[in-house]
Amino acid sequence: MSEHHESHAPEGHDDALEGHIVSPVVYIIIFIALLIGTAATIGASYLDLHEWNPIIAIAIAVTKATLVVLFFMHVKYSPKLTKLTVGAGLFTFLVLIFMTLSDYISRAWGRW
Amino acid sequence: MSSATIVSLPDQSTARIPKTNFITKENGLLSWLLTGDHKRIAILYLISITFFFAIGGSLAGLIRLELLTPQSDLMATDTYNKVFTMHGVIMIFLFLVPSVPATLGNFLIPIMIGAKDLALPKVNLLSWYLYIAGGTLVLYTMMTGGVDTGWTFTTPLSTHYVNTNVLSTGLAIFIAGFSSIFTGLNFIVTIHKMRAPGMTWFRLPLFVWSNYAASILMVLGTPVLAIAIVLVALERTVGIGVFDPTKGGDPLLFQHLFWFYSHPAVYIMILPGMGVISEVISTFSRKRVFGYTAVAFSSVAIAVFGFFVWEHHMFIMGVSNYSTLVFSLLTMLVAVPSAIKIFNWSFTLYKGSITFETPMLYAFGFMGLFTIGGLTGVFLAATGTDIHLTETYFIVAHFHFVMVGGMLMAFLSGIHFWWPKMTGRMYPEKISQLAAVVTFIGFNLTFFPQFILGELGMPRRYASYPEEFQILNVFSTAGATVLGVGYLLPILYLTWSLKYGEIAGSNPWQATGLEWQIQSPPLTENFAEIPIVDHDAYDYEWLEKMELAKKQQEVSSVG
Amino acid sequence: MSDSSTLVQADHAHEHPPYQRHHFETMQQQVDATGFAMWLFLLTEIMFFGGMFTAYLIYRNWYYPAFVAASHQLNIFWGSLNTLILISSSFTMAMGVWSAQMRKQGTLVLCLVLTFILGLGFLGIKTIEYKEKFEKHHVPGAHYSLNSFLNPDSDKEAKDAGDKPLPLDMARHTEIYFSLYFAMTGMHALHMIIGICLLGYMIFRARQGAYTTGHVSFVEYFGLYWHFVDIVWIFLFPLLYLISRHQ
Repeated sequence: MSEHHESHAPEGHDDALEGHIVSPVVYIIIFIALLIGTAATIGASYLDLHEWNPIIAIAIAVTKATLVVLFFMHVKYSPKLTKLTVGAGLFTFLVLIFMTLSDYISRAWGRW
Repeated sequence: MSSATIVSLPDQSTARIPKTNFITKENGLLSWLLTGDHKRIAILYLISITFFFAIGGSLAGLIRLELLTPQSDLMATDTYNKVFTMHGVIMIFLFLVPSVPATLGNFLIPIMIGAKDLALPKVNLLSWYLYIAGGTLVLYTMMTGGVDTGWTFTTPLSTHYVNTNVLSTGLAIFIAGFSSIFTGLNFIVTIHKMRAPGMTWFRLPLFVWSNYAASILMVLGTPVLAIAIVLVALERTVGIGVFDPTKGGDPLLFQHLFWFYSHPAVYIMILPGMGVISEVISTFSRKRVFGYTAVAFSSVAIAVFGFFVWEHHMFIMGVSNYSTLVFSLLTMLVAVPSAIKIFNWSFTLYKGSITFETPMLYAFGFMGLFTIGGLTGVFLAATGTDIHLTETYFIVAHFHFVMVGGMLMAFLSGIHFWWPKMTGRMYPEKISQLAAVVTFIGFNLTFFPQFILGELGMPRRYASYPEEFQILNVFSTAGATVLGVGYLLPILYLTWSLKYGEIAGSNPWQATGLEWQIQSPPLTENFAEIPIVDHDAYDYEWLEKMELAKKQQEVSSVG
Repeated sequence: MSDSSTLVQADHAHEHPPYQRHHFETMQQQVDATGFAMWLFLLTEIMFFGGMFTAYLIYRNWYYPAFVAASHQLNIFWGSLNTLILISSSFTMAMGVWSAQMRKQGTLVLCLVLTFILGLGFLGIKTIEYKEKFEKHHVPGAHYSLNSFLNPDSDKEAKDAGDKPLPLDMARHTEIYFSLYFAMTGMHALHMIIGICLLGYMIFRARQGAYTTGHVSFVEYFGLYWHFVDIVWIFLFPLLYLISRHQ
């Protein structure tokens, strides 16, 4: 439980049992960052950036999601197993999407 | 201990079943229906899956009877469609998927890792109730007219062209799917967090490893099936058009989502069976499993590869040639970890002190039949032969070799192997050996002709066929009769043995797993005291030392 | 770990806290196991939504003009407001977990009530949006109407966005967009409804002081669920509302 050393648990509270205690200041910073991200993604959709539009939209969404996962969901302070679990979910999700797309993308190439 | 066998039963004149055990702890129906004890839930599962196996098996009997003659004379063709669909749905979702994990896995995993229970006992019970709810819905479907889409629910057939009970079957599978998710989730958490002190990952019995791998597939794959079914239901009721080509949807997308689960699902079905075989082969050869680490990792490798191969079910459905190439190659790669297992089991047998108890006979059956089933899978992975063989009886024979010849053999092997632990009594050895042999013969007679039929081009899923195929179909139906006897026998003599079987004692097989070091049947909390593990799995020298120490203690205490 | 567990035992002055289940050796083991189980459950949720995201990606690439035109029918004001509401509710939920950890019962109840209200607000706005779709016959099925896409001038939203009429067979594919829109937001809303029911129960229990005695697991795991639902929306919002607002 070495990850828990930096916590700001009040005296007599066991932080390992009650999860890592993140200070409200961090929550407020993340909240503001999420608001900025939302504004940015709305703004970006009104600009004509051609093929960059969806890429930027996804990039902002991924950033926002990462912030939520790391701080609101405490993954940054969690044991490796939790991080691995999140990674496994992401990996399988990407396998589903990209292996399926491998069919759809190459269908247009026709037969050989 | 006689030289011919390793069965070491206690002195039968004085032997008793321990007074306190998980069966006698509490009485009454409610104490079973509201239990949190993983062993009791395993028994509940065992009874319910046997019930559904009997139904699915009877349907299989009807199918074979219909195929005895080339014409469709026993039942109308649409009835035949319903019969084989219900056979598939029941056998896959209500028997094969929960078979080993929910019964043997539930019973043994906590004991094997030295825990008092699964991590989430209430979730475990919930998963049984979900299973029962799903099963009841399937029975309801059967009684109100059945469903005739095949167990694959292929769109647009299931969404536009049939007017049978697709919705209630879909709901049943959705619910049963959550039952399997919760079982898998529970196993993963338990194996990670509940191991006894000293029980490191590489001291776990291989049964635990393979169930762990299967659980990963259950947790990650099943939700995709759930959403595919939800979309089919919406397509059928509202007409959302996602799978409807007339509205621009792609019916193949359903198959992508469906097989993303349903291909890993065959590994969910076979992996726990492989775990059983590892335990049985090691015990009856009196040797540590050869290449323990390789066998452990091959389970995980099968689970990981399992997510990359699903498109081989769709090679002739109009997917792109280029992705076919990739998926064909990846499919062949799955043969590697499967072969690693077969080779390692064979090497375990080499120079072992082999005895031929019933579980071992079933395990031999598994090794032979699974190898044939697996190798024919490579034929189907190769795109050229696949075009000829797919949707013929070759496919039917292939997956029955893997699922029935493989998984069902493993299940029966495991049931016999752990029967003394679960009930405290031995099954009758001679008749069960006969049953194992009858099953093996019946199985080959049933399904081997189907390889030839498929190669000759007899398509699957039809009630009638050209006359030249009749001879082989007669063989197959005759074999199914023998197979039926082979399955009926264990149900009868295992029930008999509950009352009349010899008392087994705690370790009749002289096996090394933690489950054999406690009383049979076990206490509700499994261990009087949580064990501290200081030896590897399958360490027969450790066992000998322990036995010796025990004997000396007895002698000195008597003296 | 050994330090903290001795601390706990000293703190609670008896070996097994009342909320420790008998089959766990230590409270630490129970917390580890149940927390891990919650994460595994969220994994299944990722894959559940994953199927719909895959479908979305394929059809968006196939029928891009239809998706653009159809997305212009969504109200950006309501969408943005809902994003704001959901992010705020995530924030109040995170603060709720913090107050439970700090054993501040009053703040915890306040945070949960705020989350509850924000969640209801989200669903209320969603209802307004769904109602609009019903009135304009944009709900997939027998009564689906192509009017907004064939004659954009007759439609307020399409006119404002400056849409040009779509050819008939492309216009028909807007139905797929709305199918996915309803399937995805509907499934998301279902998760919200489940969450709000649980929140109601938790407010009731929190007022009795159930979560401020050192056992915060339930609040924490519910927080994970709620943040996950938020993350789904973080992706749904740009994918459904903001496909291309500049065209």
